[in-house]
Amino acid sequence: MPLHYYLIFSALLFAVGLAGALTRRNAILVLVGIELMLNAANLNFIAFWRYSPDPNAIQGILFVIFSIAIAAAEAAVGLALIISIYRHYKTTNLEKMDSLKG
Amino acid sequence: MQAALFYFFAALTLVCGALIILNRNPINSAMFLVLSIASMAGLFVLLHAFFLAAVQVLVYAGAVMVLFLFVIMLLDLKEEDRRKFNLFGIITGVISVAAIAYISFAAIRSGSASVSRTASDIEGGTLPLGKLLFTNYLLPFEILSVLLLVAMVGVILLSKKDLK
Repeated sequence: MPLHYYLIFSALLFAVGLAGALTRRNAILVLVGIELMLNAANLNFIAFWRYSPDPNAIQGILFVIFSIAIAAAEAAVGLALIISIYRHYKTTNLEKMDSLKG
Repeated sequence: MQAALFYFFAALTLVCGALIILNRNPINSAMFLVLSIASMAGLFVLLHAFFLAAVQVLVYAGAVMVLFLFVIMLLDLKEEDRRKFNLFGIITGVISVAAIAYISFAAIRSGSASVSRTASDIEGGTLPLGKLLFTNYLLPFEILSVLLLVAMVGVILLSKKDLK
């Protein structure tokens, strides 16, 4: 498979994730959309690593490992924020959370 | 064989991604996310990143998805009501999406010769990865562990009922 197949696929996956993050009103599903976008970026890293001219450079894989760890931390913090917002507003609908002061 | 597998996993990931967005029940969305992540792991295997495919399944389909499902069930989320579209939103949305699609299509068409040569001997094995992680990339590794600790403390603090 040529490299650009993977790149086009990951661009499409990124677009799907972006559409999810922009159109869903449930805060948890917005986080799911962000996870999809992160996955698309990870696939780009691995595809570029696989097609790189230097066989010994495995920095692409290292980047993806770091990015997966950071994505896990981000998901945990995001879900904790959603729980504490839910305690206050009794909803996860993003359109109903419209004041900073609460 | 490889091409067929690529098309299969790519189509499965994209269809599941679309179903995540179109589904109105949050539990179903999370389940389709599991399927989407698993077929992404298949793509990682096609790219010879075997260790990362395992990590993808363990971390995403295992840990992160349990977190998502746990929160969805904890908050007892109901189905979203159907969104009402207005004409202005539809027109501006279609115009901007068409413009972006045209720009990326033109960029793909005008691209130079494609790269299809892979170094056949590279493998995403654990031995060179571990060596690099504990020598050249030791500092980022340690910073990452501190970041995970900070995230854990932050999550406990944020989800506590009262901070007294």
